[in-house]
Amino acid sequence: MSLTRQDVEKIANLARLSITEQEMPVYVTSLSSIVDFVDELSRADVGSVEPMAHPLDGQRQRLRPDVVTATDHENYQRNAPSVQAGLYVVPRVIE
Amino acid sequence: MLHNLSVGELAARLRSRELSSVELTRHFLGRIERLNPALNALITLTADAALAGAAAADRRLKDGEQAPLLGIPLIHKDIFCTDGVRTSCGSRMLDNFVAPYDATVVARLKEAGAVMLGKANMDEFAMGSSNETSYYGPVKNPWNTAKVPGGSSGGSAAAMAARLASFTTGTDTGGSIRQPAALTGVTGVKPTYGRVSRYGMIAFASSLDQAGVFARTAADAATVLKAIAGFDPLDSTSVDEPVPDYPAMLDAPLKGLKIGLLQEFFDGLEPRNAALIHDSLKVYTSLGATTVEVSLPHLPLSVPTYYVVAPAECSSNLSRFDGVRFGYRCDQPKDLTDLYKRSRGEGFGPEVKRRIMTGTYVLSAGYFDAYYLKAQKVRRLITEDFRAAFQQVDLVVGPTTPTPAFDSGAKIDDPVTMYLNDIYTIGANLAGLPGLSLPCGFVDGLPMGLQLIGPHFSEGRLLNAAHLYQLATEWHMQAPRGYE
Repeated sequence: MSLTRQDVEKIANLARLSITEQEMPVYVTSLSSIVDFVDELSRADVGSVEPMAHPLDGQRQRLRPDVVTATDHENYQRNAPSVQAGLYVVPRVIE
Repeated sequence: MLHNLSVGELAARLRSRELSSVELTRHFLGRIERLNPALNALITLTADAALAGAAAADRRLKDGEQAPLLGIPLIHKDIFCTDGVRTSCGSRMLDNFVAPYDATVVARLKEAGAVMLGKANMDEFAMGSSNETSYYGPVKNPWNTAKVPGGSSGGSAAAMAARLASFTTGTDTGGSIRQPAALTGVTGVKPTYGRVSRYGMIAFASSLDQAGVFARTAADAATVLKAIAGFDPLDSTSVDEPVPDYPAMLDAPLKGLKIGLLQEFFDGLEPRNAALIHDSLKVYTSLGATTVEVSLPHLPLSVPTYYVVAPAECSSNLSRFDGVRFGYRCDQPKDLTDLYKRSRGEGFGPEVKRRIMTGTYVLSAGYFDAYYLKAQKVRRLITEDFRAAFQQVDLVVGPTTPTPAFDSGAKIDDPVTMYLNDIYTIGANLAGLPGLSLPCGFVDGLPMGLQLIGPHFSEGRLLNAAHLYQLATEWHMQAPRGYE
């Protein structure tokens, strides 16, 4: 196993995912096999190749003007689990 | 029968008023009602809106309007936001999500007068190659319901193969249009990255995702692609390139076309599958094309590269699902962290969680250089391989998948084996290239796909090559038994 239970617990916490006791061993096994698989990349000789983040990297990326275009809050907030006075309600953060 | 007619033939009948869009829509709604329960290809049916849309199309037709998709019924993959209609992305997380706006693909087809019948099932958040990860249950392959239809656009592909619509939409991040198209015997097109707007298409891996089309024929796909392609200021990676008249390019002669046979695609390929590809090449030579072998030496690294890049981008994109603004929220969270963790833990299925965790791992401190940065470098090497190949040839061909459709349940517990299904399709996504899969024969009664990949923005040439192949062969006309 390339990953331990502690590793997976740490990753799950970073990703803000609750993982049940039952699920945990399955993820330790499957994530280990995925990490072993992608480790194949370590054999690749990349020399001084520039990393490529975008498939058309000759293409100029545009920036959109930084203006609010979607203003129909009531419509958007219809999908929210809990809203009061136009604000999203979450559990108390500051005691 | 109406469901076997091409978009072009249907459009002609609609224009001559010998058929109405309402009649055509009712015909497909009837098929869906009768045939979908065994396939689970559709997860949302919008019958009333479809009939209203068809009636509106009929009024436009009556006024003499001649748009090529006016009144033609389609099904959208449930990854595209549809204003006022549930958009689930195959996930419990979005089971209750009613999109507040239309994706650009949806808006353009609406404007063209096409009629949406409903939304297609898919692998959860487009993560899967068998359509078995959907919250709404697996999709079955119409050719044999014990087999998978491929994924992630498995519902769109199965619906197309079962003739439940005249065309369907899909998305392709690592093969999610081409692979299911191959496994269900339909034509599937993944355009160049940036050719079709991603606005309103729920993001999985933003540097790879691209929207496309499933159709019975390349000619139909050309008509649909022309309608959805083009610059969109709402997508910052949309490319401002004029859209060619794809349908007008379909009949260009293939004389002098140079086709590259991808050596790496034949390593270990079962002889019967390889034979089908070689038979297809004979068709191309008879049409005047020449073939040479080409090699993409870094291609064998494409799957591990993809399974670093795609999960990394997915872990970032899916961080927006937090149980606060939309989507699933867990019961009685004890604090904000608990709300995040349980909403995500309960709202996402096992494969999505696996990808998010893989992505989180490869981006985490101490591993970023070894995995993510390394994968981005290998991505450039693979892209350069394609670039070099396209200096020698006009397009490259090979199989779309290593095997025909496999048994349901056969690979779902072994993610790496499942990931290797995409071995022939992933390269085009990493390099942002257009790819197309078209039916090229059968193995054990199941369809196989021939894949064409071309340089950036060569969709017209790919559709042309596919169309002339389809004029010379009849593989694309075969229907699964019970769906003729």
